[in-house]
Formats: sequence, structure tokens, C-alpha cells
Amino acid sequence: MKQRRQILYTKAQLFFLVLLRVLIGWHFLYEGLSKIFNPKWTSYGYLMDAQGFLGNFFHALADNPTSLGVVDFLNPIGLTLVGLSLVLGIAARFGAIGGIFLLALYYLSHIPYIGAEYLFPSEGSYLWVDKNVIEICALCLLMTFPTSGIIGLDRLLNRYWKKN
Amino acid sequence: MVDETQSEEPLKVAPDEGRRDFLKSLATVPLLGAMAYGIYKKVNRERVRRNVSDVFKLEGYSPQILPIQRDGKKLRLGMIGFGIRGKLLLRSCGFAEPEYIEKLKEEARLNSKDTRYEMFCNQEDLNIEIAAVCDIFDTHAEAAMRAAANGSKEGANGRLGKLPKRYRNYLDLLSDPDIDAVIIATPDHWHGTMAIEAARRGKHVYLEKPMTWTVPETYAVRDAVRESGIVFQLGHQGRQTDSYVRAKEIIDKGYLGPVNLIEVCTNRNDPNGAWVYDIDASANSQTIDWSQFVPDERRLKEYYAYMKANKLERFMGPDPYEKFSLERFFRWRCWWDYSTGLSGDLLTHEYDAINQIMEVGIPYSATSSGGIYYFKDGRTVPDVLQTAFEFPDKNLTLLYSATQASSRQRGKVIMGHDASMELGNTLTIKVDSDSTRYKKKIEEGIIQPDVPFYNYIPGSDDVDAITSATELYFAQRGLLYTYVNGQRYNTTYLHIREWLECIRQGLIPSCNIDRAFEEAMTAHMGTRAYLEGRTMYWDKEKEEIVRG
Repeated sequence: MKQRRQILYTKAQLFFLVLLRVLIGWHFLYEGLSKIFNPKWTSYGYLMDAQGFLGNFFHALADNPTSLGVVDFLNPIGLTLVGLSLVLGIAARFGAIGGIFLLALYYLSHIPYIGAEYLFPSEGSYLWVDKNVIEICALCLLMTFPTSGIIGLDRLLNRYWKKN
Repeated sequence: MVDETQSEEPLKVAPDEGRRDFLKSLATVPLLGAMAYGIYKKVNRERVRRNVSDVFKLEGYSPQILPIQRDGKKLRLGMIGFGIRGKLLLRSCGFAEPEYIEKLKEEARLNSKDTRYEMFCNQEDLNIEIAAVCDIFDTHAEAAMRAAANGSKEGANGRLGKLPKRYRNYLDLLSDPDIDAVIIATPDHWHGTMAIEAARRGKHVYLEKPMTWTVPETYAVRDAVRESGIVFQLGHQGRQTDSYVRAKEIIDKGYLGPVNLIEVCTNRNDPNGAWVYDIDASANSQTIDWSQFVPDERRLKEYYAYMKANKLERFMGPDPYEKFSLERFFRWRCWWDYSTGLSGDLLTHEYDAINQIMEVGIPYSATSSGGIYYFKDGRTVPDVLQTAFEFPDKNLTLLYSATQASSRQRGKVIMGHDASMELGNTLTIKVDSDSTRYKKKIEEGIIQPDVPFYNYIPGSDDVDAITSATELYFAQRGLLYTYVNGQRYNTTYLHIREWLECIRQGLIPSCNIDRAFEEAMTAHMGTRAYLEGRTMYWDKEKEEIVRG
């Protein structure tokens, strides 16, 4: 396996990059756990609220009890795993990719185009750009400037890989 | 931007043995502890905050749907009247004209979200045959035959089954020994007469509301049904509404506290809602048997006797009964000569819902006011009506208010000392800020008064939980549970199904003759109060409407 060269950061750079990773991880982790701890949670309302060119796709997901069940199972699990990955710095690159994938789905279901009226998100004012896009960019940034090999369990994993 | 080769104080990231390396690997793990603590605190707080089981605990009553007895007898039905309501009733039974099914198919094809065709096809079979139909307008009668013969739910090019018999007179249909039961969906002025004649011939009856057009026939229908022992169901399909069952549980348990005022309403704002229906192009004096549209002689006598004795001639006519009129044929609800007005047509739905939930019975008194304020089209029935019903033995006023020129939504509001309930397809409870029952919970901040406290959404199996803001947000927009957990039912289908199963199993339906008698008398009290301009009272002993 080809080893990536670890970028050298200043202390401040490392601090803020790790902080950003952990905060995004925290956000994902709590979103996931809060859904897991709420047996009444369903993505039905959110999916039915979708608009835009993929609106019908999301509505179809919600309308079919089987696909809705799959979404209701995978979404909280996915959010939790992404959250754990970023907070702990374990397989953080894959965590970031997973996070980007989930955020892209949220964005595509609720694109803030002109004339769109959503029930979600129920706070803030948006035009084309919303917090999902910003978080996607932040995750792209974290992939470009990885830190889990310095602060995180990937540091131990990397050592293990090297030894073996 | 950081360059890989350049940094102020390059951090040594080379493999570092020992403790320092280990600490860096696990540096963020304590955050999980922080999150676990946060979640623990939050869950605990929610548990305490939302625990109201000592003052508000429900068992989750749900409507009883009698299973269809598959080995039961196939019932042979006669259909009398195939106008707007008749068509809907037969469709609820699973029978529709091929052209209607074709339309549903087309609409489902154009819009994948239109599930009406799918729902119609998947509706459980009622094990019935529509053996005979009767309508005095040829076009309606022919449509009824096509629908009745289309039990296999075929579209335009499908093959119809056996055509039912068509009778031109309802008495001939009722005398047919091959008919077990009849659905009556004629104009109001024929309801009672047909129900009496059906009962006398031993036919079970599903009768559209209101039960009667005149007061004297109300007693006659009750006597005929009781004497014959037939199974009678009045067409208040609201009896099958999920949220009404939950409302009854909440009120029975006293969670609203003493209820002194109930407000129920009708709001409509289009010609159709004001009974200005389309006139069929094929209708004329050749295709309509006008002589049968005139009320039965006995009813006419009762109608004239009451109107003349109370000097109410101005509400009669203005056209004579003999004069053929397409307008009067299709828009009969606009004239007292055939109609029971807002009171019989729409108030009865509201009253029956409250009678179902609170078993109020016939009111002690009724006072009405209103007028023809918008649809000045020659009608004699009012388009705005207010009726106040008093139930002093229950310390209760039921206030009905209707307009046909504003569609502002006003739900049924049941106002109690401790909480109020707004009722429609969903049910919302707000705790009163001055409540006695919930005083402590309000003080503790567990219950917030005057905002939705409990919201029941049909299909939700949640019994006790208090509505979260998000859930309520969705529920108010009809987004929750509509398709998810709750199986959707057409209430008219359920109401007819209940009647059919009661026939098969020898049971009594929910809107039986006693409830129907209460409904009819209550509506008549409201109507008479309006016509005579004075309060009407119910003499409980004599079972009579009397004047103050």
C-alpha cells in the first residue's frame, strides 16, 4: 500500500483543522444518535418535502414502505458512523467521503433555488448555497488536509500498517 | 495556504514511540464521554418534562372494524337514487361506471401520486351484488346499471357482468323478493317514505342523511324499523372517523374538564357547496319522470299542515309542484319543498359527530337565525345559519354556525375548563392556562398552556407521547402518517361495510334508528326555530317538539 506523505502543519493550523474535524464529527454523531434514540423518527416528512429535479425520486423513496424503511435504517447509522469516524479520527478519509455523500443527498433534496419553499430547514435564509454545501466544502477541505494521522486513531492504525 | 515544504514551526510527525504517541491517537476520545453525558442529561430531562401520565393517560381506543364473513351470505342490494351521492355510495361499495374507472386510470397514469385507482382496486370485496337499481332520471338509471354490472372494476373496453334489474318505481324495487337490502340516496323529501316502505317489506336499509323531511314521518320511520326488526343505518359516515373515537376516550376520561360550550361549523364558498349543481344536458321532461319527484301524498299533507298552521307560506314554492323544472330537479336542496336546508344537510353531520363523542341526545331547546345573504338565486333555504342548542342537564351549549360564502376553516371546538379540543381528521388539544387539573404541571413548566399539547394523527400508533414541535409542524401540513403507518380507509366504505356485517351477524350498527331519530329531531328543531323565528323545545316525556 502506498503511504501518503503527512503534511506538515503549524500548531495553529493543526489545532483548527482538528477542531473543524471534531466539530463536524460531533454534528454528525448527534444527528445520528438523536434519531436512533427517537423510535418515532422517520425521514418520511423530510423526503416528502423534497423539491427540485430529484423531488420525485425522494417522494418515491418515502411512498414505498420498504425503501422508506431502508432509508430510516441507513440514515441514522450512516450519520453515526461518519460522526464517530471524524471525532475519533478513524478511517477519517472514508468518514469524510460518507459525510459528503449524505450531505449531497440532503442538498439535492432541498436545493434552495429561487421560488423553492421548504418546511426544512426551518431556520435561516438561503439562496443556492445552504449549510449543507458549506459543510460539504469543509469536509473536502479536511480530506485535502488530513489530520487523523496526527491526532486520531488513524495514527495508531498507520503504525500498525507500517509494522505489518 | 500551507505549503508542504514550508511552515513556521514544522511539527515533527515522525513516528513517536510511547505515551506521547498514544495520547495523540486518543486525544479526541473524551469527546465521546462528553456526548454520552449530554445525551444522558437530555434524555432524562425529556423523560421528566414529557411525563404527564398522572394527569393524561390514554389507552388508545380505536374504531372496531367488523371482519367480513367470507362464508357469509352474499347480500343482494337495491340502489334507489343515483345522483351525486348515490354514485359515491356505490363506488364505496366497489361498483363504478367503466367511464369513471377509465378516468381514474388515466389520472393515475398522468400523475403517479394519484393512488385513487389503486385504492379502489385494492378495496376489500364486500360480498354483495347490486341486483336492482331505481332512478327517475334515465341517464342516472343507466349509469347505475353500468356501475352495478361492473363488479370486476373494468375500464372502457372491459366486459360488464350481469345487468341489474331497472325499476322505474321504488315500490316495485322494494317488492322484489330477490332484494335483501336497499341503499336510499334520494332527495330529502323521499327519505322517510322509502325507508318506511322498505322496512315494511323486510328490506334492510342504509339511508342517506337526514333521516326525514317532516316531523311526523320521523316517528313513523322509527316505528316501522322497530316493528320490522330490519338493520337500519343512517348515512353519517363520520361515525367511522378515527379521531372521533380518540376524542371520545379523552372526553370520557375527563381530560378536558367540564365542557360547557361546543362550536361546530360549516364553511363553503363555491356554487357546488351551495347546492348549485350542474344540470345534465340529457335531462328533460321525457327523460325524467317528474310525477315521482313530487313528494308522497302523506308527506305533502304533513308539510302543508305544518307550514300553513304556522303561516310559513313564504318559505314554500314559489313554483307549484306540478311545474317541471330542471333547476328544482338538480338543485332541489335550495327549496324547502324538497330540502331540509343547512340544518338537515350539514348541521346533522356536525351534530352526529358530537352525539357520537358525547352522547348528548336530543337538545332541550334550539334557537336559530340566519338568512339568504349571498345566493340570492330564488332559493328559499338560508345560506347563512346559526343554531344554538341547549343541553341544561349536561350544562352544555352546542353552537352551530354556517356560511356558504366563506371557506375559512373552523374545526369543531370542544371547550373545557381544563383544556380545549379542536377536532377534524386530526385532533389537537390545548391546555387552558387557568386549568385546575393541569395547574401543577403548568407551574412546573411540564405543560405549556395554550399551545398544542397533544396531537392525534390517524394512523399513528402513538398513544401517550406529547407532540413535538416538528411532528406538529408536519401533521398540520398533512405530511405525517397519512401513508406510513395508518392504512387509509374511505369512511363511507367502512360505514356501509359495518351495516352489511351487522345484517350478516345480527348486530346493531353505530348510526342505528335511535341515533337517527335523535339526529332528525334535532335538525327539525333547528329548522323550525329558523322558520318560526322562536325557540323550540323538546318535551322529553311526550317526545314532541314544543314552542316556548
